[in-house]
Amino acid sequence: MKAWIAFWNILAKDFRAYYLKPPNISWGLIFPLAWTGMFFIRSGEGVDSVPTLLPGVIAVSVLFGATSLLSVTVTFEKKGRSFERLLLAPIPLELLMLAKTAGAILFGVANAFVPIIMAAFLMDLSGINWATLIPAIVLIAISSTFLGLFIAVSVNEVFEAQTFSNFFRFPMLFLCGLFFPIEQIPIWLQPLSYALPLTYGADVLHASIHRPANLPLALDFVILVVFCILLFAFSLRNVRRKWIT
Amino acid sequence: MSVDGKIAIKVGALAKRFGDVEAVAGIDFDVREGELFGFLGPNGAGKSTTINILIGLARPDAGTIRIGGIDCSANPKAAQHLMGVVPDESNLYPELTGFDNLSFCGSLYGMTRRDREIRARELLERFGLAEAGGRKFGGYSKGMKRKLTIAAGIIHSPPILFMDEPTTGIDVASARRIRQLVADLNRGGTTIFLTTHYIEEAERLCRRIAFIVKGRIVRTDAVQDLMRRTDGRHVVQFAVSGGAAGLCESIAAEFPGIRCHAVSDTAVRVESPEPVRIGPLVRSIEDGGAEVAEARKLRPSLEDVFVEITGIEAGVMKQEREKARMGGGA
Repeated sequence: MKAWIAFWNILAKDFRAYYLKPPNISWGLIFPLAWTGMFFIRSGEGVDSVPTLLPGVIAVSVLFGATSLLSVTVTFEKKGRSFERLLLAPIPLELLMLAKTAGAILFGVANAFVPIIMAAFLMDLSGINWATLIPAIVLIAISSTFLGLFIAVSVNEVFEAQTFSNFFRFPMLFLCGLFFPIEQIPIWLQPLSYALPLTYGADVLHASIHRPANLPLALDFVILVVFCILLFAFSLRNVRRKWIT
Repeated sequence: MSVDGKIAIKVGALAKRFGDVEAVAGIDFDVREGELFGFLGPNGAGKSTTINILIGLARPDAGTIRIGGIDCSANPKAAQHLMGVVPDESNLYPELTGFDNLSFCGSLYGMTRRDREIRARELLERFGLAEAGGRKFGGYSKGMKRKLTIAAGIIHSPPILFMDEPTTGIDVASARRIRQLVADLNRGGTTIFLTTHYIEEAERLCRRIAFIVKGRIVRTDAVQDLMRRTDGRHVVQFAVSGGAAGLCESIAAEFPGIRCHAVSDTAVRVESPEPVRIGPLVRSIEDGGAEVAEARKLRPSLEDVFVEITGIEAGVMKQEREKARMGGGA
């Protein structure tokens, strides 16, 4: 019970201190808007292109929102040594890191609904399979956040966190089948596509909105969950190894 | 203060290396309940590494640690609920107010909202920060930041408090106020483990002191017993112009019963078991090419004991103190 008081307060503090700050809210809105607009214009197919573009824009919004804020806030607190306060709290490290990541997960999920709300004005959303879409968004947010945690633990400076994030994010966007089908990617790059969590998230998003899935959906979900567990476990191991030296 | 002999912190054969550097070299000590224990040494002696190991922010390579009777050797987090920590830098959240910082720190120890808000108000009042409680921590002065950082360390009323260089980098008035607060906390029954490189601070506050040099404890004793070494000793400090370098060698050669060390570039201190005759010393110094501007009889201090035990010149500690003051740290 006492540990949960700490959990909720770390989450609430992060929302107050970081996620609900006007620059982050506007960034969370403008970024998905810009991506949607860019692909909408680029497709040249007008409103008909919205269902095919929506999975990509949802994924981009979640990925960028979750990874950016988590990696930056954790690096910022580590640099200012306020993160030491959290490490000194008598709560399990697992719960502490879940508390730190919960805000970014929720922020990522909230970001996903910006393009969905916009799409509601342009297409009929009744065909969307919400039962698979919502869990996919949540799992993409979790895996993206844990990727951000992995990045935060690997760097020392805030600017390194941003640079290192892009090193993962941009290749992932173009290799995961969101904007180009994986079959169109050079064959030697295709194994890399299947090593990325977003590939499985993108498959569920496409299947939930406009086309059949490439893999069985259950398999997509299982692989996403495995990625989440592995990224979290690896980040925790790095926190213990690098921050409690 | 009641020091009933129960052990609050027990450390045995504690060791830690960073690559080739032996930061802590198999140290042993214990701190009794209700005691204010000083851990004194120059920068790089291993003070912060030791405190980081004790509070669970670093892992030892070897050794045993028991805090409040709990074995923390394998699990550094096992006794974190018993301890408060005041780090050497004020590391609260700049974007939160003083009140919110305290309340947040209380929540980390599982305090309910009501309890931590009452306690935060009480501490803001006690530390003279009631008016600043609604302002963001980032806008506080160094002294205020330090005081709030101490308040955050005791928000959950821990029985054991670790303080790492609590007065480094702040002005004299704030440092004095903080020393009073530390003494009050200890009088209230809190066991305090204090690291410092301010010898006078340790002398004024601590009941027992361990001297640590290059990762090794060279002496642990009660301040009273350490000071007994100075009984009957006579100390005179000469302020000189023209350079203190080399003066001690010539004084030691000319006056065999006298110990001499350079306090700074412009001061030498002599110690003798007999009353010091100023005239011959002044003549000797001036014959050596320096000019004596002042000669002052001093009460022997813990600094003299420290110099005698560790072999580290007081000047080195003073330079570090100045460096810390210039560089800040709070």
